[in-house]
Order: sequence, then structure tokens, then C-alpha cells
Amino acid sequence: MGRWFKSGSPWIWMTGSAVSVSLIAVLGLLLLIAWRGLSYFWPATIYQWQMQDDAGKAYTLIGEIHDQEQVPVERLTAAGYHFDDDSGEFITRYLVKTGNREFVSLDFRWILASNIISRSAPENVAVFERSKNGNFYGVPQRVLENGKEIASDDVATVLEQHIARAVALNEQAVDLQKHDIGAINYQMERLRLKSRKYELNNELTDARKAELAAEQQTLQQQYQQLEQQLFALRADAARDAVVVKDMRGQDVTLSLDTVLDATYVNRLSTMQKLATWFSRVGHFVSDEPREANTEGGVFPAIFGTVFMVLLMAVIVTPFGVIAAVYLHEYAHKGWLTRIIRIAVINLAGVPSIVYGVFGLGFFVYMLGGSIDRLFYPEALPSPTFGSPGMLWSALTLAILTLPVVIVSTEEGLSRIPASVRQGSLALGATKAETLYRIILPMASPAIMTGLILAVARAAGEVAPLMLVGVVKLAPNLPVDMNFPFVHLERKFMHLGFHIYDVGFQSPNVEAARPLVYATSFLLVTVIVTLNLTAISVRNHLREKYRSLEN
Amino acid sequence: MERQVSEPAPLKHDILQAKRANRRAIKDKLTQLGVSLGGIMVFVALLLIFFYLLYVIKPIFASASVTPAANITLPKSESEVLMVGSDELHHIMYRVTEDAAVDFVNVAKQQVSHQQLPVPDGVSIVSSARSMPSQQLFAFGLSNGQVLLGNVDFSVSYPNNQRVVSPNIRYPLGAPLLTVANEQQPLNQLAFAYNKQRLSFIYLDATQHWQLLRMDGEENLLTEEVEWQSSKAQLPDTPTHVTSQLVTPDQQQALLLSTNKAFVYDVKDASNVSLLQVLNLERAHAKVTDFELLAGASSVLVSYSDGVVAQYFQVNSDSGRRYQFIRQFTHLGKIDDLASEYYRRSFATVADDGTLKLLYTTSERELLAEKLPLQHVRALAFSPRADALIAETADSLRLYAVSNAHPEVSWSALWQKVWYEGYPEPQYVWQSTSGSDDFEAKLSLTPLAFGTLKAALYAMLFATPIALAGAIYTAYFMSARIRSVVKPTIEIMEALPTVILGFLAGLWLAPLVESHLPGLLLLLILEPIAVLSVAFAWSKAPAVVKQWLPDTYQELLLIPVVCVVAWLSFSLSPLVELWLFHGDSRLFITNTLGLSFDQRNALVVGIAMGFAVIPTIFSIAEDAIFSVPRHLSNGSLALGATPWQTLTRVVLLTASPGIFSAVMMGLGRAVGETMIVLMATGNTAIMDWSIFQGMRTLAANIAVEMPESAIGSSHYRVLFLAAFVLFLFTFVFNTIAELVRQRLRERYSSL
Repeated sequence: MGRWFKSGSPWIWMTGSAVSVSLIAVLGLLLLIAWRGLSYFWPATIYQWQMQDDAGKAYTLIGEIHDQEQVPVERLTAAGYHFDDDSGEFITRYLVKTGNREFVSLDFRWILASNIISRSAPENVAVFERSKNGNFYGVPQRVLENGKEIASDDVATVLEQHIARAVALNEQAVDLQKHDIGAINYQMERLRLKSRKYELNNELTDARKAELAAEQQTLQQQYQQLEQQLFALRADAARDAVVVKDMRGQDVTLSLDTVLDATYVNRLSTMQKLATWFSRVGHFVSDEPREANTEGGVFPAIFGTVFMVLLMAVIVTPFGVIAAVYLHEYAHKGWLTRIIRIAVINLAGVPSIVYGVFGLGFFVYMLGGSIDRLFYPEALPSPTFGSPGMLWSALTLAILTLPVVIVSTEEGLSRIPASVRQGSLALGATKAETLYRIILPMASPAIMTGLILAVARAAGEVAPLMLVGVVKLAPNLPVDMNFPFVHLERKFMHLGFHIYDVGFQSPNVEAARPLVYATSFLLVTVIVTLNLTAISVRNHLREKYRSLEN
Repeated sequence: MERQVSEPAPLKHDILQAKRANRRAIKDKLTQLGVSLGGIMVFVALLLIFFYLLYVIKPIFASASVTPAANITLPKSESEVLMVGSDELHHIMYRVTEDAAVDFVNVAKQQVSHQQLPVPDGVSIVSSARSMPSQQLFAFGLSNGQVLLGNVDFSVSYPNNQRVVSPNIRYPLGAPLLTVANEQQPLNQLAFAYNKQRLSFIYLDATQHWQLLRMDGEENLLTEEVEWQSSKAQLPDTPTHVTSQLVTPDQQQALLLSTNKAFVYDVKDASNVSLLQVLNLERAHAKVTDFELLAGASSVLVSYSDGVVAQYFQVNSDSGRRYQFIRQFTHLGKIDDLASEYYRRSFATVADDGTLKLLYTTSERELLAEKLPLQHVRALAFSPRADALIAETADSLRLYAVSNAHPEVSWSALWQKVWYEGYPEPQYVWQSTSGSDDFEAKLSLTPLAFGTLKAALYAMLFATPIALAGAIYTAYFMSARIRSVVKPTIEIMEALPTVILGFLAGLWLAPLVESHLPGLLLLLILEPIAVLSVAFAWSKAPAVVKQWLPDTYQELLLIPVVCVVAWLSFSLSPLVELWLFHGDSRLFITNTLGLSFDQRNALVVGIAMGFAVIPTIFSIAEDAIFSVPRHLSNGSLALGATPWQTLTRVVLLTASPGIFSAVMMGLGRAVGETMIVLMATGNTAIMDWSIFQGMRTLAANIAVEMPESAIGSSHYRVLFLAAFVLFLFTFVFNTIAELVRQRLRERYSSL
């Protein structure tokens, strides 16, 4: 044993265990996020519990099991619960999501296994996904059309048809509101700014006033027409209702304009559940968020993230590549090059929040403020570019990711054999020609790698964005159908910030947590995929040049 | 090569080709220029960040300045000046003299209007008093027992879009005169305080007794008229030679100054007036000349004849809240007058030689000392926005524009303990905002820097051993094939968004740690034991078993072991909790160990941020160890050293600068990390090394407060300073790391 210790072998094993711990941590983390994120979409079985409380009163609970844990009896006794002596040292406790937020005080509740009399999974229980107040669990009784009951043996089919109709109408209404009415509002705002501009330039003549007023009048009329259409659509969507028996045993009437979907989860086969799972994933990726971001989809956040990152890539690539080319091809070995290298390392090491502070002060307040004074005086005092927005976020992240592109490109440049350059120069090409025709094309996979890594880094960065442009809920996307179509001054939503906001700022964290896992999984998938792509491109590149050198 | 191209073409008929060559040369030059400029841009970007941060920070350390703005002669007045002042934008100045005359001065038009206040015939003025500057109230005690109470009021109107300020005298009680003493007694030595519901006077009556008159107003809801109910009391145990007297604006206390003592009375309740404290203001070789309340009315400023101003405020002690000496400002000359600002804790003094000094109490800064023609000043006051000073000297009113934007910030206030009003002792406090108006922002960066270091320290404590041990094994003992999988896997973790790590730390790990604290402890103990026993068993295992798993796959054996041990310790956690901690380890910590326990604490941050830092350290350290030339270790092994000896005596020593630079890089990352700390701690700015408590770091503080801070305010600039401090921190760490690495590279190239 002593000799074994002396050989140093145990310490080698200890270092080996550190690798194991790191590996387990990485994989465990990814698995945890994947498991929690993906199971969010899986239709969970709806149970019905017959319960009995401490006082002996019986009641029913309907809901999904959200979580469960083992609790020492001792702790529960200390908290004032009473148990029989034979209940053991631990007791199981379930967290049940009961939904029906407007009728019960808590839509999540802990129940003790000792209070459960029986548990079943009845087939006639359905879960209603609603646009307000979260899920509703209960047994659908009958469907009302215009307040009259529809006689049918198969409530499920009738319900499905009517929900589909209401959902279609609601979609039309949302479409109308967002596109047509949104466009009119936008034009009215532009009219106001136009008039203010004339006023500022002392060009607001009576003729112009009349012209503007006329335009406004037409817009107003259009607006009223559209508004009537909108109200008509909404009223039509609210025509039908469904009567549901909830866990208190009472009939509750749900108007179908708030119901998005109804599923008899316990009737579904595994294949059907899988189909439901896919459709829920689809909705998550393509829908707008609801209820202060705690439900619905994350489409605006995905769009905002992707658009911002692409804009950043457009900005950062030329600068990063030029800097790398300078460092590797043009710079002489000297103090300046040394300083620039240290600058690159430092730019990579400066905390991202410092970039945020710099971006807010320099880009937003200084540059943006100047732009506003020069080009948008009519909108003042409300800022146009002088407040956090898309453009400034992209610029800030461009500086942040500049070192990534530089380092990666430089590595690519250093892998190009000197013989290639010398060959080109020997044939009479200038240095610039060698650069454009030979080196840059050869380095393009490395540039690509740098770009991918930069995009991955930028997509996960949140702290600076909190200062320079991200909001929890952006009313409009940065791209829409209103001239000039791309609105770089707008604030936007971001997946990373969405995670922070929903996980930590929302009033009902318990309800929102699964959604945060799902969002996290989405973000992690994107970033890990990007990184793996970058790594494989780089490895491929290395192989290619290795063969060139030989 | 360039020369070759730009040389003129040898043949005459080849002009076209020459032109092309020329163009190529120009293009070549342009490219070189453009690329060089682009390269230098990176350096410029770093400089830009550095200097922009400095540019924003600079004003907070700038001293104040005054510039003369106006000097207007007033009608001559024989009597003393009671108060001077101005409106918000100092377009109009005023002077109130003790003979109840008011002069208003329009600064732009240089017009003076003189006004005499309505003092009844045959009645003389025996005393006068003024309120805190922010109220602009004054009162005259008359010989017939009445008081004339008024205030200077400015009404603003906009006829034809032009701002017009018209000054006037308003009487808050409706009528100018109020009978205070019925017996037709003169009101000597008056002091008062007023608000809409309550009014208090103290005065010395003809029988040399100090009297308190308290009036409580009640608004009649129907008529909206205020009905006043008065009550009277006599101050007990009063001193004889009172030189100065005041009532605090909240009407809780009255202070009488008698030679070198201040008598503090509790006048909260008129039916129960008592002497609270006799405050000794004695200083060797100096006399108290005056005392005055500082803005916010919590502090008393006492001026002495030897050019000292001392600040006193109430501090909790065993016998209740008592006034106590806090700090003093010296070398102010023979002080003629002292003025305090409306809202901030600044004050100005004028000495008899005309030296004006601007000081700030809590930051202990002397912001300005300038000799001005202000000899024998009779009254000095700030404008409401503290951007101007008004001084009366020899019947002329002088207006000085003051630029004094950030007096509350000083190096000592940022980094040292500061004794704030209402605090029992000097402390490091970060508290930037509050609902109250006369709240003083407490901007000490020390607790934030402390929190930053604490978080970084716990993260490094967790990450360094794992990352370095992992790097050693991966670089030195692992087979190339496995290494090519393991290294990128661990490096992927670096790319994981920190917001996700923070979210998991705050919402998954923190509750888990809280409920499985004994499990975590168990894991720490069981893990090494398990690894060592597996290793020992392996060394004793028969060759058949060893063959089954080749040497280079040993590390795979550990992965299930670690997993099983982790699962075991966590599932045993409740049992251990029952045996050792009576079923609740949290209660055990708070009750038995006496430590307070936050759910989001340094332990959680340490683990979460540790995971963020591990890949950084791992990656650089692994590169450093891997690039140690193989012939060094081979030589050592050939000489009979064991692999472990070779590692510790040869490889690690050679790679030590690289390992050092890896740790520095990791530290740099831990210091600047924002989202993890923001989400995994409670973000309270406390200074406590306890592992069970949270912290607030510089970075998280910026993220929380920056969006709400007003641009250009002291708070905004101090947040920039915090960013600058972070920038410097990481700049130092990264530069050292990079320099070390550059030297290391040179050394290897020689090996």
C-alpha cells in the first residue's frame, strides 16, 4: 500500500477523476436541459385524486404531476402535520399542477401521499390550453353554439370542430390587428412627425395643414372600418362555449375565443402523444408569447436573436478579417504589433458588461443622441436612435466578438504554407493580388469558423444587451411591412434575456420554469450546433493543410 | 518584389502594360494602407473604450468652479440682513433685512423693487428668524407679542410663450400677523418651523423664560380652511446666555446655543417638553460662533472662531438617539457666513478676507477655495438648484454661477468607511436610490468590489483544482484518441451561455443545495475515497480483468464510479440529515452554528461560476502542459523517474508560467461574469465572507442599476467607474497572462 502511494499512481487516478467530473458536469448539464426542456412538450397524464385532508374531509383533485420529493416525517411533524406512527421516516410529496387559475387560489399545490385515498387517470378528462389564465382541467360536458346546446353523443369531435373554427377566427383577428391596423397606426405616427417637421422648419403653411388633415381623415376612416371588422371577428369567435365540469364538481362555461386547444390526454396513444409533442414544439417555435411571456411561444425572441446576430456578423467580419490579415501578413515584428496583440487579448478578456456600459454611453447616448438631433429633430424629445435598440446591440456585440474572428482568422492564415505565398509572389503577383486571389480564398474556411464562433458567442450573450437594446416584450419585430421595412432603432426580444426575464422576473416562477427549460434547450442546441460546426470546419481545414504541407 | 512590378516597362510600345503595372502598384499600396489602418483599428477600439470610460468618469473628481454673474447695488440698509436667495433659474434675487424690508432684483434688467412688510404702527421688530433654505420662510417677532410670518414666492407664467417670473411675498397663514403671546409681550429671540399641518415657535419672553407655542392645523374638508389649535409649553432648564436658537423642520426638537453648549429639547409633544441632551461643543482656544442645520435637517453644522466647522448628528446609543461629533472641516478662516444647499449635503463658507469655500460633508471634500471680493458678507445663500450663490456685501447683491455637479463622490467616499447620517458608525454602504426626496445616495464601491472578489474566490476555489487536475491528466496521461474527444467536449462548456448556467444555478442548483446540504458534504468526502479505493482495487486486480479494459481506457472506469457516488451521497442526504442535523440542516446552520443562510449563496455561485471558469483554465493549462517538449519528459523517464515524479518535477515546472496564465485568465473571467452572479445570488451588498450568504458584484450591480440611472448623474458616472474598475481588473490579469505566455513561447522555441 505504501509502495503504491509512493508510485504516484493514486494521484494520477485523482487527476483522472477530475476529468471525469468535468465530463459528467458538461454532459449532465446538457442532458438535464434537454430532458427538462423536451419533456415540457410531452402531454402528461392527467390524474384524478380522491383526497382526504387532516380533518377527514374528502375532496377531488385533477391535474398533472409536476414534481415529487421525499420529505422526512420529522420535518413535517415540526411544521404541524399529524401522522400515524407507522408512516416511516419519509413520506412522498407531489407537486400537482391543477390549473383553473381563476377558480382556485393556487394553480400548483403540494399533496402528501398519506392524504391520497385513490388515484385514477379517467379518459374523459381534457386539458384546455387557453390564451388567458393558463390551463384548465376538467370533464367537457357539452358544447354551446350561440348559447344553445348541440345534441351529440361525441362531445370530443364537436368540441374539436368548434375550437378549430374559433381559433381560425382569432387568427384572422390578430392578423388584421397586427398588419392592417398596425400599418395605419404607423402611417398616422409618420403624419404627426411630418407635420412636426414642417413646424420646426417653419414650413407649416395652411395648404399643408389641410393636406395633412385630409390624409389623417382618410386614415381615420380606414381605421374605423378595420376596427369594426376586428370587433365583428372577435364577436364571431366568442359565439360558442363549452361547459366543463371541474374538480370541484361544478359546471364551468368556457368561451371558445379564449380556448386554443383541448386534448383528451389520457385517450392518446403513444404515437398520438408524439404527434402532439411535435405540434407543441412547432407552436413553441412559431408563436408569440402570452401571459407576460410565461406561456405561448418564443418566435419574436428567436427572430430578434437571429436578426441581431446576423447584423453583427455583417459588421464584425470585415473588421476582424482585416485586422487578422494585418497582424499576420503586413505587420512587422515590433512594439506596435505586440501592443495590438495585447489589445486583442484584452478585448477578448474585458467583461461583457463593460461593453454594455460602453455601448450605452458611447453608441446610444453619444452617437444615437447626435443622430437624433441631426436627422430626427421632429421626433424629439422622444428618442429614435438615442435609445437602446437593434443597431446599437449589433455594434456592441461586434466589438465584443471582434477578437474571436481575429484569432480564428489568424490561425487559418498561419496554416497556409509559406510556399504558397512565395509561389504566388515569384510568379509576379503583387502582395495585394496574392492576398485577394490566394490567401483569402484559402483562409475562407477559417474566416467561416471565426464567424460561426462569433455568432455562437453573440447568441448567448445577455449582460451587455440588457443595457443596449433588449426588452422583455417588444410590440413589433424589427422587420415588418411598413416602410422602410427594417427598423434598426427598435428594441427587440432575445432568447437569453427571455430566460432571465421569465425565470427571475415573472410572478409565477413555478408555472414558467418548464418554459424556461425549453427556451434554454433551444438556445443551447443552437449554440452547441454552431460550435460543433466550427470545430468540424476547423478540423477539416487542418487536415487539408497537413496534406498540402507534405 | 514590389519594385519589380512598379518599374517602368522596358519596351516603348508596351505603354498599356506599364499603365496596368502602375495600377497594380497603386492597388497594392492601397491594400497595404487599408489593411494597416484596419489592424490599428483594433488597438484604437480598445483605447476608445478606455478613454470613453475615463471621459465619463472624469467629472466626478473635478472640483467645483464659480464665475461672477451679476453685481447689483441695492438701497442702503442700516439693519442686518436676514436672508438672501433667488428663484429656480436665478433670474430674480431677493434680500430680506431685519427691519422687515424686502428687495427684489431682476438680474437681467438690473431693476430693484423695494417693499416694506406690514408691521403695525407703533410696534417695533425685536427679533427675526428664517427657515431652512428650501422653504424660503421668514418670521419677525414684534414687540406686541405678534409674529409676522411670510415666505418669498415666485410664480411662473408663460404669456406669449415667454417665461415670466414674478416675485411676491405670501403669507402661509392667510394673514401676515399672528398673535403668539397674548400678554402683549415682545418676542425676543425667535425661532420657528412650519409645515401645512403644524407650526412651532420658540421665543424668550419678557420674564426670561423660553416658551414654545405649538399650533396644529386641521383642514376642514368642506371649506378647505385650516383651523389652528394652539398649545403652549415652557422649555425647562434653559441656559441663560442663548446666542442662537432653532427648531428642526420636523418640529421634533428645539436647539438652544449658549456659549459652548447646545441644549437639545424634545418638543414632539407640547404637553411633554423635556431636555434631551446637553451637547458639549467645546474646542480648545475657540469659541462657537454659530450653528445651522444642513440640508435634510438631520445634521447640525457648528462654526468656530478658529475657522473650523464641525458636523454633529444623532446616533443611536444606549440612552437613545443623541447628537454626536462626526467630522470637522478646518482652515476655513474667520467665517462670516455659512450657507447650506437645498437638497444635497454641501455647504459654503465665506471668510472675512473674502475666501469662498465649497465643501461636502459625507465625502469630506473641499471642492473649491477661491478668493473673491466678498469681504464682510452679511448673507450668503445657494439658489434652489445649487447652481448659483447669492451673497450680500455692502448693500450690493452678487450672483455667482456655481458648477458643482458631483460633490458627493470622492475617492474616500468610494473606497473608505463613511459615516452617513442616521448610521451608528462609519460603514461601507452601497444604496443608490430611495423613495425619499432628501435621501443621500450612498455610493461606496467597497462592498461591490468585495462581492466581486468573494464570488471570484469561491469560483476559483472550486474550479482551479478540478480544471488543473483535469488538464494534467488530459495532456499528460490520456491517449491521443480519447483526448481528441474529451478536450472539445470540455471546451464546449465555455460556449454555454452564462444566462443558462445562471438560470440553472438559481432555480435548480440553489434549491437542490439547500435541501441536500449534507449530501454535498458527503460527496466531498466520499468522492476521493471512492476514487482511491477503485484505484487500489485496480492495482491489485488480476491481469485478466486488466486486459479486459486496456490501459488507456482507465479513465472511463471512473465515470460510472463518480456517477454512482454522486447518486449515493444525494440519496443518503436525508438520512444523514436525520442523524446529524435533526432532519433540517438549514435550521442547524442558523440555530446551532449561528450563521445566516441565504438560499442563493456563495456556495451556489462558486459551483455555477466554477463551471463557467473550468473550461477557460482547463483549455489554456492543457495547451501549456501538452506543449512541453516530449524529450524532456522522456529523458526524465529514461533516468528512472516514475511518471508522477516526471510530471511534478519536470513537466509542471516547465509549464508553470502557462498554468499561471491560465489561472489568471480564469480569474479575469470570474471577476467580470455578470449573469451567473445576477441570477444565483440575492444581490445584497453585504460584506461577509460566509459561504452561506450572497453578495452583490460590480458587474451584477451595473446590470441591475444602469438601465435606471439618469444620464449624467453621479450615480451614472459611478456606475461607469465600476465598469472602469472591472476593465482595469481584467486588463491587469489578461496583460500579465499574455506577457507570461509570450515569454513562455520564446523559451520553448529555444528548447
